[in-house]
Amino acid sequence: MDVTVRIRRYDPEVENPESYWQDYPVALDGSATVLDALIKIREEQDGTLSLRCSCRSSICGSCAMRINGHAGLACKTQAASAIDGNNTIVIEPAGVMPVVKDLVVDFSLFWDKIRQVEPYLQPQGEQPEAEYIASNESMLHLSSVTACIMCGSCVSDCTVLEVDPTFLGPAALAKAYRFTADPRDGDSNGVSQERLEQLVEPTGMWDCTRCGECVAACPKGVDPMDRIMALRDQAMSAGLNNSNGARHAEAFVDIVGHSGSLNEALLPVKAVGITNVPGLISFLPVGLRALTHGKMPPLIHHNIENVKNVRKLVKKLEDPPLD
Amino acid sequence: MKYAFFPGCVARGGCPELYQAAKLICQRLGIELQEMPGASCTGAGVLQEKNEFLGDTLNARTFAMAEDLGMQIMTICSTCQGVMSQANFRMRKDPEYLARVNKELAEEGLEYKGTADPKHLLWVLIEDIGLEKLTELITRPLAGIRLAPFYGCYLIRPTDALDMADHPERLTALEQVIETLGATVVDYSGKTRCCGFPILTINETNSVAMVAKHTSDVKDLGADAMITPCPLCHLNLDGYQPKAQAQANRKIEMPILHLPQAIGLAMGISRQELGLQKHIMSTKALTLKVGAG
Repeated sequence: MDVTVRIRRYDPEVENPESYWQDYPVALDGSATVLDALIKIREEQDGTLSLRCSCRSSICGSCAMRINGHAGLACKTQAASAIDGNNTIVIEPAGVMPVVKDLVVDFSLFWDKIRQVEPYLQPQGEQPEAEYIASNESMLHLSSVTACIMCGSCVSDCTVLEVDPTFLGPAALAKAYRFTADPRDGDSNGVSQERLEQLVEPTGMWDCTRCGECVAACPKGVDPMDRIMALRDQAMSAGLNNSNGARHAEAFVDIVGHSGSLNEALLPVKAVGITNVPGLISFLPVGLRALTHGKMPPLIHHNIENVKNVRKLVKKLEDPPLD
Repeated sequence: MKYAFFPGCVARGGCPELYQAAKLICQRLGIELQEMPGASCTGAGVLQEKNEFLGDTLNARTFAMAEDLGMQIMTICSTCQGVMSQANFRMRKDPEYLARVNKELAEEGLEYKGTADPKHLLWVLIEDIGLEKLTELITRPLAGIRLAPFYGCYLIRPTDALDMADHPERLTALEQVIETLGATVVDYSGKTRCCGFPILTINETNSVAMVAKHTSDVKDLGADAMITPCPLCHLNLDGYQPKAQAQANRKIEMPILHLPQAIGLAMGISRQELGLQKHIMSTKALTLKVGAG
């Protein structure tokens, strides 16, 4: 299989360093991975090509990079599945993190965020006489999230981190969930109230757009976005409802539970809070522009037909009767 | 061909021009639309943050209504499509879960049998109608127009719920339509990224930064307009572009077309009928270039 590997290169040691593309023709056997191709290039054609790799079997998490525009492990990606119609594979360093050289990026941002969520058990209830005991059942749902190999693929492709490096990001939030969902963390009921209080702050769980890039990028099935959604559920269940995100979700359920469909004029008002005057004023220019262009959502919102059936469902499933 | 029509809340609210343009092009394509006035909101992924089971039950309720009509569902919103596909995926792979949902629907006399296969207009076009049929209806090809696709996350991810393995054509559907209309595709990595809409009321700065990034990127590539199958992306990319311009401190002025508006333009439908005067970012230069006034 004759393949062209197009690599985004960068050398910080030249005068006026700038990134550039370089194409390498390489002959591969059908079972070669993208990492095999890169190592072959480095060994046979260009010893200056820099990349990180170690285990070659999706365990160490060293070789995360962008393959055809999306983050993944080079060692887990078959070259044959990555070639386009012209037998070309496009390789770039991981996104979001600054490039050190070629395909090597600086992971400081990644590790800073992991440290920020204090990734160790913090039991706060009474100390047991012997060891902390967690049942098998209570740990099963953590098996996928503990599979994280810290490769940074999710961080590379996070759409929020791309515009705001202060966001905690998918890897750290998934790691935080690994502890909030652990029965040994937090109070004697396993509720990690203090963690959740920190995580609902700006730059935390509510800043995720739910775009799903991290789920697509993760090579280990950690599904960070789903963990972030679970964190939101935990926070609301723990009574942490005084954030724009929680208000937005609650307002959404209220509105759909009342009229069956979304009232776009009312949702932002309820989401920022009716007493939040500066927040409400910030919507005015957008509202006015919408009004003058005939795009203002109807102020008198019509209910769907037989709305009582939806109201009943929402009421029942939101406030289930106690057994 | 007849579909149970699920336009979504935004096409009835903040983007009425999408609804009217979709109706017009469907008429010409021979797509009959049966409204479902009793169908609720899908939950848009937001309601699911609070209560996924409730969200799935509401969607099963809509699916059951379509089954009773004997029709498949068509939507014109990427977000509705994604949320319905995800709900359907969970229910169809787990009969016990579906039974739990149906227990809730029984009170209303409804049952979801698991046969729904909701499809976005974009998928209906390439899978059920065929691009040949669309080609026949083009009277004003968009020759010389450079269109940048913007899918909306929910029409791209997660790939299992969206059945991408069986339908790889869905990943390039928008580009195929752009080419069929006679326009040129502007390719860029942002086409499958997030528009920022879901965090608009939570972190407006970040949301607007995403608008600035995508609209600037395609501007720099010489696009005449962006085209999106998602009204929520439209609301952000169009409605918040003035703020994005201020934040990025540059003029962008990128028209954001709904998928049916671009198709309608190529079918010779007027600017007014397609609601192109209702956008925040002017579409005038574009429609003049197309010859639509």
